[in-house]
Amino acid sequence: MTAYIVRRVLVAVPTLVILIFACFFLMQVAPGGPFTSERPLPPQVLANIEARYGLDQPLWKQMWDYLVGIVTRFDFGPSFAYRDRDVNDIIAQGFPVTLTYGLISFAVATFAGMGIGVAAAVRHNTWLDYIAVGATFSAQALPNFVMAPILVIVFTWQLGWLPGGGWNGGQWQYLVMPVIALSTSYVASITRITRSSMLETLNSDFIRTARAKGLPEHRVIWRHAMKPAMLPVVSYLGPTFVAMITGSVVIDVYFSTGGIGRAYVDSALNRDYAVMLGVTILYGGLTVLFNLLVDVAYAWLDPKIRY
Amino acid sequence: MKPKPKFFAVMLLGMTVTAGSAHAAGTHPVTGEALAEHQVFTYRVLDEHSSVDPQIVEDVSGSDIVRDLFEGLMNQDAQGRLVPGVATGYSVSDDRLTYTFTLRDDAKWSNGDPVVAGDFVYAWRRAVNPELASPYSWFMELMSIVNAARIIAGDVPVDELGVSAQDDGTLVVSLAQPLPYFPQMVTHATTFPVNPAVVEAHGADWTNPENIVSNGAYVLTEHIPNERSVRERNPMYWDAENVILEKTVALVINDENTALTRWLAGELDRTEVPAGQFPRLRKEHPDEAISFPRLCNYYYTFNLSESGPEAFKDVRVRKALGLAVDRRIITENILAGGQIEAFTFTPAATANFEVPDVEIASMSQSERDARARSLLAEAGYGPDNPLKFEMIYNTSESHKRIAVAMSQMWKQKLGVETTLANKEWKTFLEVRANQDFELARGAWCGDYNEASTFLDLLTSPSGYNDGKYSNAMVDDLMTSAKTANDTQAIYAKVEQVIADEVPIIPIYHYAGVYMLDSDVGGWPINNIEQNWYSKDLYKIAD
Repeated sequence: MTAYIVRRVLVAVPTLVILIFACFFLMQVAPGGPFTSERPLPPQVLANIEARYGLDQPLWKQMWDYLVGIVTRFDFGPSFAYRDRDVNDIIAQGFPVTLTYGLISFAVATFAGMGIGVAAAVRHNTWLDYIAVGATFSAQALPNFVMAPILVIVFTWQLGWLPGGGWNGGQWQYLVMPVIALSTSYVASITRITRSSMLETLNSDFIRTARAKGLPEHRVIWRHAMKPAMLPVVSYLGPTFVAMITGSVVIDVYFSTGGIGRAYVDSALNRDYAVMLGVTILYGGLTVLFNLLVDVAYAWLDPKIRY
Repeated sequence: MKPKPKFFAVMLLGMTVTAGSAHAAGTHPVTGEALAEHQVFTYRVLDEHSSVDPQIVEDVSGSDIVRDLFEGLMNQDAQGRLVPGVATGYSVSDDRLTYTFTLRDDAKWSNGDPVVAGDFVYAWRRAVNPELASPYSWFMELMSIVNAARIIAGDVPVDELGVSAQDDGTLVVSLAQPLPYFPQMVTHATTFPVNPAVVEAHGADWTNPENIVSNGAYVLTEHIPNERSVRERNPMYWDAENVILEKTVALVINDENTALTRWLAGELDRTEVPAGQFPRLRKEHPDEAISFPRLCNYYYTFNLSESGPEAFKDVRVRKALGLAVDRRIITENILAGGQIEAFTFTPAATANFEVPDVEIASMSQSERDARARSLLAEAGYGPDNPLKFEMIYNTSESHKRIAVAMSQMWKQKLGVETTLANKEWKTFLEVRANQDFELARGAWCGDYNEASTFLDLLTSPSGYNDGKYSNAMVDDLMTSAKTANDTQAIYAKVEQVIADEVPIIPIYHYAGVYMLDSDVGGWPINNIEQNWYSKDLYKIAD
């Protein structure tokens, strides 16, 4: 197991390097640059700006300086769009915000999704099951960019209960709507996966055996069915977790949370190369890490899996 | 602009001095309106601002903040007229090449330091310094300040810039050529002073709320990127006792419909109205839905360069396409926010500019359509040989609706076949700048309130002339306008040439369309550049 983890970590390093290279060169291929604007800068002014940021250097040199900066100083470079902030500042400001509402949404989605899923499977073909299936279908059909404005209309304008956006250091009033909007479709997905996996497990031989032994139903479900039924859910949760904590541009746009999702999209639109690279590395690193954790969790859940 | 020597008296329009600074819960000294207890103005901005450093800022929302935090030589009043700022007035030399500004002696930085002429010299040199590499350094070049261009190019040291401090209270500016609208330009953020000691001490971080020292009516007290920035009354401001609004809050809200909902919920005092929603909102909130002309135009430009299509080199084709666009459908049915149909490049609201009588403006739409049909037939296009081209615009719902409407008009009236292509913003700019297009959307907002800010775009040397229109007469006329006393005749002639040759199709002139709470007083609707100052606003008691 330890050897496996070490091996996976070692593979992660070239993965990230390839990611950086691919991102770096794709950015350069995109038309326009950080200083392309409706009011084209006079050539001399543009030259001054490019010299300031080292953009007048050959690409390999820019790439090298960038990597050296990361390794030696943990410096992910400057932002071209915002002079008074660098990439580290932007991530340090946006990521905690995203992490906060992402973690809460993840917890809500996981507990609600698994709870409803298990309940629906256990009460298969009862009114509870029908309601759960019906609700998850509607929830999945309601994308968050539709849901977000509806929430604002209902809770801010009509009822006047919650602020329509902002962050304010993460006070609970500012968290409610982003969490609902972000977690709803995940609740639906997790419910569906949990339900079908649980149904399948409950129909398998070893559960029949457990029931035949005369075990009480709650023991059958919690001790015997739960672990195997969780396998597909866990494989779904890994990438979901990364997707949720790295933020959602929709949440950031509609609720003005100031999270990293919006900063990422902005960096692409602004051709803010270093910010784009920095956030890509963050996302890439988290994805690699959580895929690893999912694989380790697999081994724990399913004794048949060996590394 | 009348460039004769003059002195502004220290006279504040609409602001007579009253006792004390505690206006809250009192009455407005001029209008007599009862003032609200909480003097806080909250407004929506689309995006995070680029910076609050006067020499770096390049966007409108950033400039709005900078105008509150810093004060330049001159300010604008509610009509956009010049009023004294840090300078009490100025004089111009006979050759119109030297401007001497007299600074008030009670202007202070928020840390108590006096504002001196040297602070302006430091700031202006900073703006052109290649090391700072300001994206707005070209503005100093546009101001025609001696050596600005050569310093930006790195050929001359920074201290050779044509600006100097005769003493702490006198700033002398030398121009390379007379510029009639020079005084207007010192209301622009790039020319605002900075405190040298603070900039030197903190480097790029000097604009953080904990470091910043400013000389305007407000100080920056909070800034959470992509969420909010807050500015509060500066007690050290020389005219602080006449400042009523205590606090101004800018909230970043990307989605305009969400912003509108939040305005309806009472969270905002001001927000923009999404395209097409103005008529309904005006009905529901007649006192709060406002629309007024802006100093911006919206047009399509033909690619007239070598790489452009052959068809567009024929003036009859360009004219026919220009005539067949029914502007009224676009302004009244699509945008519906008080935008103005455009037949000239320069908006009618521009100062000292009167729209000349171009023929197309006086025709009815059916006359225009008939003329368009015959012109296009003359040029050899018809059902057997339809005109075909591609029009590009940057991705946006309202640009798309306008482009679709235009292509439909051309299809129905002239049988022209257009392909529409929307492009992501930076890609669009690159394609347009490289003349890699046939017909492209364009828009321009004036840098200063004078027709040349628009018409210069259509001269051959202009870096912004993406259609590569070139007409020696236009070039000469625009050069002569720089030094002329009567510019109206010149600009009228240029507009006439443009109307005859149609290098661009003017579509409409912008309107500012806001939802503005009726308890906000002092909003400068008549300032066409929308240069607003929080110090002139106030909240009225309900």
